[in-house]
Amino acid sequence: MSTVVDISDLQISFATDAGTVDAVSGVSLQVQAGEVLAIVGESGSGKTVTARSILGLLPETARVRGAVVLTSKDGRDSQDVVPLRGSALREVRGEDAAMVFQEPSTSLNPVYPVGWQIIEGLRAHGKLSRKEARAKAVDVLRRVGIPDPEERIDHYPHQFSGGQKQRIVIAQALVLDPGVIIADEPTTALDVTVQAEILELLRRCRDDFGAAIVLITHNMGVVADLADRVAVMYQGEIVEQADVRTLFSAPQDPYTQQLLAAVPRLGQGVEHTRERAARRTPGWAEAAPVVEARDLRIVYPGRLRKPDFTAVDGVSFSIRPGEVLGLVGESGSGKSTIGRAIAGLTKVSGGSLQVLGTEMNGFKERAFRPVRERIGFVFQDPASSFNPLLTIADAVAEPLVVHKRAKDPRAARARVDELLEAVQLPRHFGDRYPHELSGGQRQRASLARGLALQPELLIADEPTSALDVSVQARVLELFDELQKELGFAALFISHDLAVVDLLADKIAVLYRGELVEEGTGAEVLGAPEHPYTQRLLASLPVPDPDEQARRRTEWNALRTTD
Amino acid sequence: MATATTVATPTRKTWRRLPIVKQVRQSVGLQRGMLLAGLVLTGVFVLTAVFAPLLAPYEYDQLRDAAGPFGAQAHPSGNHLLGTTVGGYDVLSRVIWGTRTALAVIVIAVLLSIVAGVLLGLVSGYFGGWLDRVLVVVCDAVYAFPSLLLAIIVAIVISGGQSSLIGGVMAAAISITVVFIPQYFRVVRAETVRIKSEAFVESARVIGASNWRIMVRHVLRNATRTLPLILTLNASEAILTLAGLGFLGFGIQPTAAAEWGFDLKQSLADVSSGIWWTSIPPGVAIVLTVLGLTLVGESLNDLADPRLRSRRAADGPPPAGTVEPGGAVVNSAGYVA
Repeated sequence: MSTVVDISDLQISFATDAGTVDAVSGVSLQVQAGEVLAIVGESGSGKTVTARSILGLLPETARVRGAVVLTSKDGRDSQDVVPLRGSALREVRGEDAAMVFQEPSTSLNPVYPVGWQIIEGLRAHGKLSRKEARAKAVDVLRRVGIPDPEERIDHYPHQFSGGQKQRIVIAQALVLDPGVIIADEPTTALDVTVQAEILELLRRCRDDFGAAIVLITHNMGVVADLADRVAVMYQGEIVEQADVRTLFSAPQDPYTQQLLAAVPRLGQGVEHTRERAARRTPGWAEAAPVVEARDLRIVYPGRLRKPDFTAVDGVSFSIRPGEVLGLVGESGSGKSTIGRAIAGLTKVSGGSLQVLGTEMNGFKERAFRPVRERIGFVFQDPASSFNPLLTIADAVAEPLVVHKRAKDPRAARARVDELLEAVQLPRHFGDRYPHELSGGQRQRASLARGLALQPELLIADEPTSALDVSVQARVLELFDELQKELGFAALFISHDLAVVDLLADKIAVLYRGELVEEGTGAEVLGAPEHPYTQRLLASLPVPDPDEQARRRTEWNALRTTD
Repeated sequence: MATATTVATPTRKTWRRLPIVKQVRQSVGLQRGMLLAGLVLTGVFVLTAVFAPLLAPYEYDQLRDAAGPFGAQAHPSGNHLLGTTVGGYDVLSRVIWGTRTALAVIVIAVLLSIVAGVLLGLVSGYFGGWLDRVLVVVCDAVYAFPSLLLAIIVAIVISGGQSSLIGGVMAAAISITVVFIPQYFRVVRAETVRIKSEAFVESARVIGASNWRIMVRHVLRNATRTLPLILTLNASEAILTLAGLGFLGFGIQPTAAAEWGFDLKQSLADVSSGIWWTSIPPGVAIVLTVLGLTLVGESLNDLADPRLRSRRAADGPPPAGTVEPGGAVVNSAGYVA
């Protein structure tokens, strides 16, 4: 095997307003031809910057030292990318190394047909006639699994689904037959079932096209599924490098061990759920539910001659006091819409939704305001759910002030300190501004704000999906502890089955606005009945290479029977 | 990617976070030069206005002193450093006193237009609906008007075209206000519409906060970040409009206050007869003041946008602490000139 990429003692620093910051310090890596090297690490660990340096794709403020030697696929010439500029750099890009970005919807230009965008790359590197280039583009589209490529080559990006767009981006990378493809979180923006297909395609890139892949990801399941070798990065350094089996079975570095331990695994929650069920008082099942939905329908009105969009269609469920309902579904399944409807942020169009005794179908804001006091909400993105100009203490005090439990934020400070302590944040964090906290800390503060009024119902809309795995584990643990202590009912919305499984008493699976399956974790995850749930479960990559290989064959079997 | 946290230093130097000081510290190279030049020019302008009674050798409407009348179109001399005008006023004194009129008009015009524009923009953007549509159309209509023409109409409506000090200043200020309200309205409305969909506003709604509280506490303060930029640029435009009004004869009488535009108009005939000292000083005063304010405005605009801001090259030893994430990203969409 030959080395395609040889990074030696790479150091990258950035000029920022606060001075110079080292993003990568002393990284050495080799990528062999035809292998998948996964670089894993938390956000800010320098994994993306390292991979981007292979293509010379760094902002102007970056300063690079060290060498990144890129060898072309046939092994004839190799050169250091770091000092390259202008046309020499352009020569290398695309031909020797190509890139697949995270967000397929933004990495394609919306005003050009996809074929044009593929051909643009082809013509930049070779003297091909229009016809030859088009034939090549059609060919590569077919090979990445776009049906009817002859016709679809003239379609625009918005005419493709998210998964297809990512296939096109991969086609764009493959068309020049590069020696190495850098895939920066290629499946993070995609649903689990689509992710499985893209991973399959990337595997084919390696097997059929013989391209080496540098896979940047934070998802250990994806690593187990695709990678041959793994490099773990932490604070700009590589802490461990090993082949995938060794890494998962015998991680050496304490950081890797901690990272692997934090990954939620399916089936962990069964024992937990049983424990919780045993603790319930008799007669609990007869208690009036906190939330009860019957044939709930939520329709977003269409704009100008476009048909209405039914986001939620005939969904019935109930949450009893002290119960945690996990709502799982892919993007567009209507799971967030249900959460927003319960909080009175979205109007209910049909059926009935009772929240703490109030009917939400046709509710009046004035009548609902007293009920709001009894509902807490934790938002998905901790970065935007805090007013950037208020301190954390002011933000947490906001519900107390609004509902007249305190005169002003200062009067509420004692209670705020209690709340911050409850979510394990030091008191003095109250004086900080949101941007001075990390994502996990912010999400804990968000939890404190949600619980400030001691609500009977907490709605958590993907509270951990923007967080790193290790941080996610801590926030989930905290959520569980607080729930046990305070006994609030909760609707926990997530796209991640394993996360929901950890916390929820009951799991409800949504698919295109309909509730396809509901039951305890053991029922839904252990013996799924609906084909969609089965497919969802089979596509979820587990952080264990051997187990994942077995599951992949199952998934393939399931896929062919469809 | 660059998600790192700051370790808050216990003793924050608050003066370093003051608006202008922060920007000066942030800037480097040419940008810093532009900003400093603008600040110096603007500072001189404001100080001159404040200390005009001390600086000016005579009153703005003084025609004679103990030694008798000044005489018209007198050459620059020891008694009159920049000579006298055709009306027999001291040019230097008129220029110095003129800063007061200019400053008064700027302050009143900017204050009025900010209050009205921000309030309308906030309400319009937050509630939307028919009110929003009507206001947007009205503002577009005002945009379509030549601003000087509009100012002339307002000046006539308010004061019949001629006036005293207060009448003249108010006429100029209000006419400028009418032209500027749409700019503030647009910027604040656009920001409000953007911020309205942010999670922290939704979170305030979930908490049960009233619309008024959300607007004031959560939206308004976040929507005003670009205002200082428009403010400085508008201030320079206000001076030009005031001078234009004066030049066209809708300004302030020389007995009521000193006004550069009026003086320029009076000196028009002098230019062809070789009398330079009546026209150049008020002209230079206008140019320097506008230049100073524009430089400040443009520099602030560039510095507020991380993509336009130049930084020192990454070099030297890295700092002990960690980074502050990128700072606030204010795009230049708010910039209307």
